[in-house]
Amino acid sequence: MAFSLKLNGTSHEVDVEPGTPLLWVIRDELKMTGTKFGCGVASCGACTVHLDGQPVRSCQTYVEDVEGAEITTIEAMSETEIGAAVQQAWVELDVVQCGYCQSGQIMSAVGLLSENPKPTAEDIDAYMYGNACRCATYQRIRAGIQRAAEILEA
Amino acid sequence: MTLDTTRRSFLKGAAAAGAVLFIGARPDGALAAAGESTAFNPFVKIASDGTVTAIVKHVEFGQGPATGLSTLIAEEIGLRMDQITYDFAPSNAEVYNNFAFGPFQGTGGSTAMANSFQQYRTAGAAAREMLIAAAAQSWGVDASELSIEEGVVTGAGQSAPIGEFVAVAATLDAPETPALKDPATFKLIGNPDIRRLDSAIKGDGSAMFAMDLHLPNQMVAMIKRPEQRGGLATGFDDSAAQEVKGYIMSAVLPNSAGVAVYAESTWAAMQARDAVEVEWDLSAAETRSSDEIEAEIRAALDAEPTYNVNKSDQAATQALLNGADQVLEQSFYFPLLAHAPMEPLNCTIEATEDGGIRLHDGCQLPTGPHMALSQIFELPMEKIEIKTMLAGGSFGRRATPDADYQVEAALAFVVTDRSRPVKLVWSREDDLRSGYYRPAFGHKVKVGLDADGRIVGWDHRIAGQSIMKGTAFEPMLVHDGVDHSSVEGASDTPYQIPGAFFGLTDTEKATSTLWWRSVGHTHTAYVMEVMMDMAAKAAGQDPVAYRLSYLTGGADQDRLAGVLKLATEKAGWGSAPAGHAQGVAVHKSFGSYVAEVVEVSGSAEDGVRIEKITCAVDCGLPVNPDVIKAQMEGGIGYGIGHVMRDRITLTGGAVDQYNFPDYEPLRIGDIAAIDVHIVPSAEAPTGVGEPGTPPAAPALANAIAAASDDLRVSSLPMDENGVAFA
Ligand code: FES
Ligand code: FES
Repeated sequence: MAFSLKLNGTSHEVDVEPGTPLLWVIRDELKMTGTKFGCGVASCGACTVHLDGQPVRSCQTYVEDVEGAEITTIEAMSETEIGAAVQQAWVELDVVQCGYCQSGQIMSAVGLLSENPKPTAEDIDAYMYGNACRCATYQRIRAGIQRAAEILEA
Repeated sequence: MTLDTTRRSFLKGAAAAGAVLFIGARPDGALAAAGESTAFNPFVKIASDGTVTAIVKHVEFGQGPATGLSTLIAEEIGLRMDQITYDFAPSNAEVYNNFAFGPFQGTGGSTAMANSFQQYRTAGAAAREMLIAAAAQSWGVDASELSIEEGVVTGAGQSAPIGEFVAVAATLDAPETPALKDPATFKLIGNPDIRRLDSAIKGDGSAMFAMDLHLPNQMVAMIKRPEQRGGLATGFDDSAAQEVKGYIMSAVLPNSAGVAVYAESTWAAMQARDAVEVEWDLSAAETRSSDEIEAEIRAALDAEPTYNVNKSDQAATQALLNGADQVLEQSFYFPLLAHAPMEPLNCTIEATEDGGIRLHDGCQLPTGPHMALSQIFELPMEKIEIKTMLAGGSFGRRATPDADYQVEAALAFVVTDRSRPVKLVWSREDDLRSGYYRPAFGHKVKVGLDADGRIVGWDHRIAGQSIMKGTAFEPMLVHDGVDHSSVEGASDTPYQIPGAFFGLTDTEKATSTLWWRSVGHTHTAYVMEVMMDMAAKAAGQDPVAYRLSYLTGGADQDRLAGVLKLATEKAGWGSAPAGHAQGVAVHKSFGSYVAEVVEVSGSAEDGVRIEKITCAVDCGLPVNPDVIKAQMEGGIGYGIGHVMRDRITLTGGAVDQYNFPDYEPLRIGDIAAIDVHIVPSAEAPTGVGEPGTPPAAPALANAIAAASDDLRVSSLPMDENGVAFA
């Protein structure tokens, strides 16, 4: 079945079955692989994308529900002010280890900073709870978000 | 094991087009002169535009070898870090072997830096000497007047970028023993400001993990495996799968270990696999439950152990315990654990144009799958190519001695007509349910103390499933029946314990076992450090002072004492704020010494919160201090997350857990802060990927005891054994 999606500002026609998770449309059909598969059940956050600016788990978001919405992935983050600040902070602090969870971490971090420009450690822990990192880079994720807030304030 | 590279002959070569300088090594006599288009396998490649590429022989899953090995080469040549890039080495056990493993290429045992330190520096130093010799020749000056700084050759009143000398350097002979730089002059090695080379690509979505590969015309294969390990597929019905759009076909794997389900996309493969019905022969399958496994282990602890690990006088230990003023006795149980790397396992296999096979994989032990694929496809080794890609974590899982998932992919490919590449994908459920596990282990310890609280005897029994027996690693790691990985960290403890006896009993294999970040130390460090804490408490002494009194008389003891003092000083040992309690542990593993202090608030009953973890590490010369800190942070988190709440259990042989909701990862709020300190050292670098893990759990256990009326958590995970977490 044909669906029309707006992703990172570009319209795409995809031919998939209803019920297909947005994650697999992005990865397998559009071949954009920055968005990761970690669990498929909305419990790791590796697949986080923005839907009209809000972070969602694309593994549990279905193609038929996102027609007409603005979908944004990690590939477009450098074009946004907050995204660029988070990416800069991530590099300054070398947040990543294996890196596999980090697209999702950054998508959630951008979501947090859009709502709350100066989050406390507690705010960060609460908001980022659903983004697992098996390498346990959490300490630096927390510092990275606070550094990004500083960059944005400057 | 030797880290000596002097017996290796260094080679250099020039590409046919000229203007590329390769520096590499070969085992003595193993290769003839450079031949074919790839003359030999290099460690460093320099193009005439000055681009320098480190050829990294270890897999990168976050522990930092891409940055680390590049740092060594950049330091020795005289480059800035932004003047070097990296590539992963192809599979070649002769040239890219891990010195710790013999003629075998791979990453593990926290050896990446330790076994590459001299080798990559030497390659870099050879490149420097050749570039300088070429410049000296071009300028007609003496080489001793020249040096390279930031990629520029300077001296004798001249200067030019190294790229200008690549063509001439490529015509020179490689120096036999290039002079390494004096560590006092290091600019990059040991510099805490050096950044990772892979940060930017991992933050913008462009990093390519094996899961991200999409070859033209590929099929995605997922395997339907038996619920009980050892079950065999005898047939299947795929009529329901035929309804799934994109479903291609199914086939029983040649070894009957499962049914491969092929589809045009990952989502179609997932749905089709769910729809395929398989008939299983479970007659040889594991059918026990974890309770039975635990009972077997506990019974083994009560019986006479099979092996006297250190061949010590068991009766003498018994006599010492009989004569002790008091005897502390404690049993421990450690459940099965899954590795659960963030990137579910996957790899892709395709036929090459010249009749060979190419494997794309976040490959940790290339030599293993290389040999396995050579057998399966009945092709010589040189017809098998392995492309190593970034790996999204491993923690041991990607290093199976039987190359499990690569073999699965090969079998799934071999039954097709081989015209389409096959990408094997595991789901998270596959990862948790069909995996390889840290084996369950039990310990039972009796410690005899005299009237002053000094240890007079230590009787320590260990029982569990051997990891190494039955694998290719058995000859190396099993001696006189004792699998060293079952007892490491206990029977070889640097504590000067009098009257010690260590016994080991192997229990039956319940499931496939595998090393898990820090291997035997995952349980031995816990037991040793909880027992030392209990002994200190019984002696009425400070746990740090008590430990230090047993850490005397040698370099190991001094270095352990060093990290213990540093960690406790930085943690403010003994002066925690009101309502907080501290626990400490110190442990040596993989050649490195780590002490950790965990500070908690609350109590086991009211909910424990981990407020701060302070770590001190002595890993010899710290090559990339910030990577070392990151590895300690990660190693601590990995250890803490699992002891808090993770375990794999079996019912009738089938794994009970499905996905992260019932194998809950450490989350960001679980540890409020981690503070890592590195001991300055000029000793040879040792491991950092694993050594942060072992002390974390016992330090937490000891903090919980201090906060909770001496409650000693002796079965894991903690949340099922009397500890609530806030
Ligand atoms: S893959 Fe979507 S939350 Fe894990
Ligand atoms: S960096 Fe490896 S899972 Fe987060």
